[in-house]
Amino acid sequence: MSAPRKTRPAVHAPLPHDSSERHVRGDALYVDDLPEPRDLLHAFVRLSERAHARILRLDVGPVPGSPGVAAVMTASDLRHGNAIGPAFPWDPVFADGTVEYFGQSLFAVAADTVENARRAAQRAVVEYEDLPAILTIEEALAQGSFVLPTEVMRRGDPPAALARSPRRLSGRLHMGGQDHFYLEGQVAMAIPREGGALHVFSSTQAPTEVQHLVARTLGKAYGEVTVEVRRLGGGFGGKETQAALIAVIAAQLADRTGRPVKLRLDRDDDMLLTGKRHDFLVDYDVGFDGAGRILGLDLVLASRCGISADLSGAVNDRAMLSADNCYWLPHLSVTSHRCRTNTVSNTAFRGFGGPQGVMAIEWVVDEVARALGKDPLQIRRRNLYGTRTRNTTPYGMRLDENPMPAILSELERSASYAARRKQIAAFNAASRFSRRGLALTPVKFGISFTATHMNQAGALVHVFTDGSVQLSHGGIEMGQGLHVKVAQVVADELGVGIDRVRVMATSTEKVPNTSPTAASTGSDLNGKAAEAAARNIRRRMARLAAGHLGGRPSAAVFEGGSVRIGRRAMPFAAVAKLAHVERVSLSSTGFYRTPLVHWDRGTFRGRPFYYFAWGAAVSEVEIDLLTGEYRVVRVDILHDCGGSLNPAIDRGQVEGGFVQGMGWLTTEELWWDPKGRLATHAPSTYKIPACSDVPEDFRVTLRLDEGNRLPTVRRSKAVGEPPVMLAISVFHALKDAVAASADHRASPRLDAPATPERVLLAVEELRQRLAAPPPETSR
Amino acid sequence: MSPAGPVPEHGPRARSRISLIVNTQPRELLVDPWKTLLELLREDLGLTGTKHGCELGECGACAVLLDGDLALSCLVPAVECDGRHVTTVEGLRDGPELHPLQAAFADHGATQCGYCTPGMLVAARWVLDRNPSATREEIAEALSGQLCRCTGYLQIYEAVESAARVLRGEPPSPPRLPAADRSVPDDAR
Repeated sequence: MSAPRKTRPAVHAPLPHDSSERHVRGDALYVDDLPEPRDLLHAFVRLSERAHARILRLDVGPVPGSPGVAAVMTASDLRHGNAIGPAFPWDPVFADGTVEYFGQSLFAVAADTVENARRAAQRAVVEYEDLPAILTIEEALAQGSFVLPTEVMRRGDPPAALARSPRRLSGRLHMGGQDHFYLEGQVAMAIPREGGALHVFSSTQAPTEVQHLVARTLGKAYGEVTVEVRRLGGGFGGKETQAALIAVIAAQLADRTGRPVKLRLDRDDDMLLTGKRHDFLVDYDVGFDGAGRILGLDLVLASRCGISADLSGAVNDRAMLSADNCYWLPHLSVTSHRCRTNTVSNTAFRGFGGPQGVMAIEWVVDEVARALGKDPLQIRRRNLYGTRTRNTTPYGMRLDENPMPAILSELERSASYAARRKQIAAFNAASRFSRRGLALTPVKFGISFTATHMNQAGALVHVFTDGSVQLSHGGIEMGQGLHVKVAQVVADELGVGIDRVRVMATSTEKVPNTSPTAASTGSDLNGKAAEAAARNIRRRMARLAAGHLGGRPSAAVFEGGSVRIGRRAMPFAAVAKLAHVERVSLSSTGFYRTPLVHWDRGTFRGRPFYYFAWGAAVSEVEIDLLTGEYRVVRVDILHDCGGSLNPAIDRGQVEGGFVQGMGWLTTEELWWDPKGRLATHAPSTYKIPACSDVPEDFRVTLRLDEGNRLPTVRRSKAVGEPPVMLAISVFHALKDAVAASADHRASPRLDAPATPERVLLAVEELRQRLAAPPPETSR
Repeated sequence: MSPAGPVPEHGPRARSRISLIVNTQPRELLVDPWKTLLELLREDLGLTGTKHGCELGECGACAVLLDGDLALSCLVPAVECDGRHVTTVEGLRDGPELHPLQAAFADHGATQCGYCTPGMLVAARWVLDRNPSATREEIAEALSGQLCRCTGYLQIYEAVESAARVLRGEPPSPPRLPAADRSVPDDAR
């Protein structure tokens, strides 16, 4: 027997991403990199070229005669149904009778090469008769066009509170959507297996959903379809429901031809065909006192959902549930309109409505501060939730903790907020064509799926007789470092080195009936499930070790690659071998369901979130008054990760999430032409942040001193989505810089994304407003 | 290598025979006229490290070195690569040891989803080959055509800078930890 391996505890350690070495060698395989099976066909999807039209003629007759073509499919070929909506039954695979948005899938072709499939698809003849299209939120509101009924969440008596408020402001804010721009586009490969079974490799965050939809649209049992996911080249919510369409098309063509089929969308088609972050229109009416305390607020959130509900119900619910952010709002009404438009169906995107809700309230608080001529930070602080009183959310959930006052104080000090305010005022006074702006904004983000039943996960752990471990869980690795975190938990539970734990590809064959990897819950749920599985095996091994070493099983310590009871120890691998000889199972599933959460959608009351993640950021920007161009000069972030499972991974999540949020609010502009065609459908026109856009001075600190108060996996906190909202500080710093162009005498009108063009227009509008008689009055 | 350039076969969509050196290996193959270097690498040579990102030269996921210069393989017709040298991510290391850039990217958390990593590494190699003392600004300029959607780039900068130290014969910089880190000057105190 070899000596026990000396290993350090894995959990809480800043270990690298489990695939990092494969990433850098170039041999980390994504779906498009898998060895191509013999007889593989390539699919191509032809997209609609109208926003809303009756299909007068769709003649695919000339397609099969094109070289290399094996099959062509339209809606009428889907004998078992054309609907793949995740929550509500619609979302057609192929347009049927009418097209509802520009870029909708019409039909698909499978051929021996992508080139041949593409050529063949162009041979089809499509004739349209245009129908009136609703493209914007305003048009949808005017025509009462909704995908789902309007919802209202209410506390107290907002109309009365507004009526008796000493001060009152109303206004409107528009914020744009966002394309996910995962670097790996949507892709799936479906392979027929014996007996009518199908194996699907899909770049999806929701393998179970892909399994169900593939099976249903083929009239197969779920058990006949296996979906496997090794890794994603980015997801960000864009592969939660949107991946299903791609997988279903590949599977349909594979089933039809009996041959493997791969469908990889090219970038333009991906951006035209698949959903994005919802853009929002916010109307507010706020009442407050002379100190800036918000007394009453009537908030109306209207979002562009596109042609179908998709996940829009839950996205808009979360926008409503996030609209308090960190603030005590005693009399509040939040109305949410879910607008139906002839545009692509908007979907999940990191934050899932939360960023839009937080943007709305942060804008309102900032407006209150500017109306009073106060520093917005002062007004933010004044309206924060309390710790013992004033700490119940509008949906009736009492906060278990409120670290925000402390976070703000720590950050204000570490970022020298007050000193820099003065420096910036001096800079602005001395500068002719440049203005600087500063803003500190907080984030509170609820962790859990608001659909309570989704808060569950499973895992499967095998220990082999040499002591090596295979771990499968239901979560998807999309870059966020989920696999290494879950492996750390298992390594820690079994007391072995992280190098002994191999994380297997996620497969519906290993762990069934899973929730999508979404809502920041990946490591919370799957970490706990894997912990439970490993704990089962550990208990069995502890009994064996006690029998062998003497002592009580409960005294067994699994550490450093060995099992120790008192002063006697044996290598972990030896216990594993012993288990086999003694006929004890070394394999276990594990399961977890999040406790405490409950939610009544009918009344908007309950505890939809297990806990909250918190953070805050200070951003400083400099704008050019002549061009509207700007730089992000410095950003300081303080983010709460609880007892982080892996601070190196969490750092990447905070920085990456921040920069992605910054893109949403600054450079990423989705622009539809009057015919409803998305004009920004490639990186040539749609600008995600490049490395040159990163803050020049970027200081990120994780607040790790306190673990989660609740028994989450190793007291960690979820970190996937919350950092996106830290970037709201950049937007408000830009607004502050625009305000500085008029010596803070009025509040700028600035919509998101605050592109240089919008910044320039805001400067100009402010100048004209202040010059024009009579001056604007607020009610 | 064929000094006379690509030799067209017969027919309207004739393939051309080309010879090129890929990661120091001489290769000779027939390519379709519409094929890009990216497709040649991935489909004909099985070098799938180089990625499809946008296919219009805007994201950098397909970056390779072509005769030592940074090139976007999705924009390069394969037939134009006759007689040329191509280096892909698979050719960055010489033997089993990782190139210092590869080691630094892995150690510094510079990869998340990993999809931009091959192009990013090749671009970083290109800048450090020319200037191992490149400043943050020079690195930013060289990498500004390489999009990453995950990391926020800071860890990529730190990795390139650490690799540059190794290439200059200095010890690598340790990965920065945001929690324990007090090395950033705090002008508040």
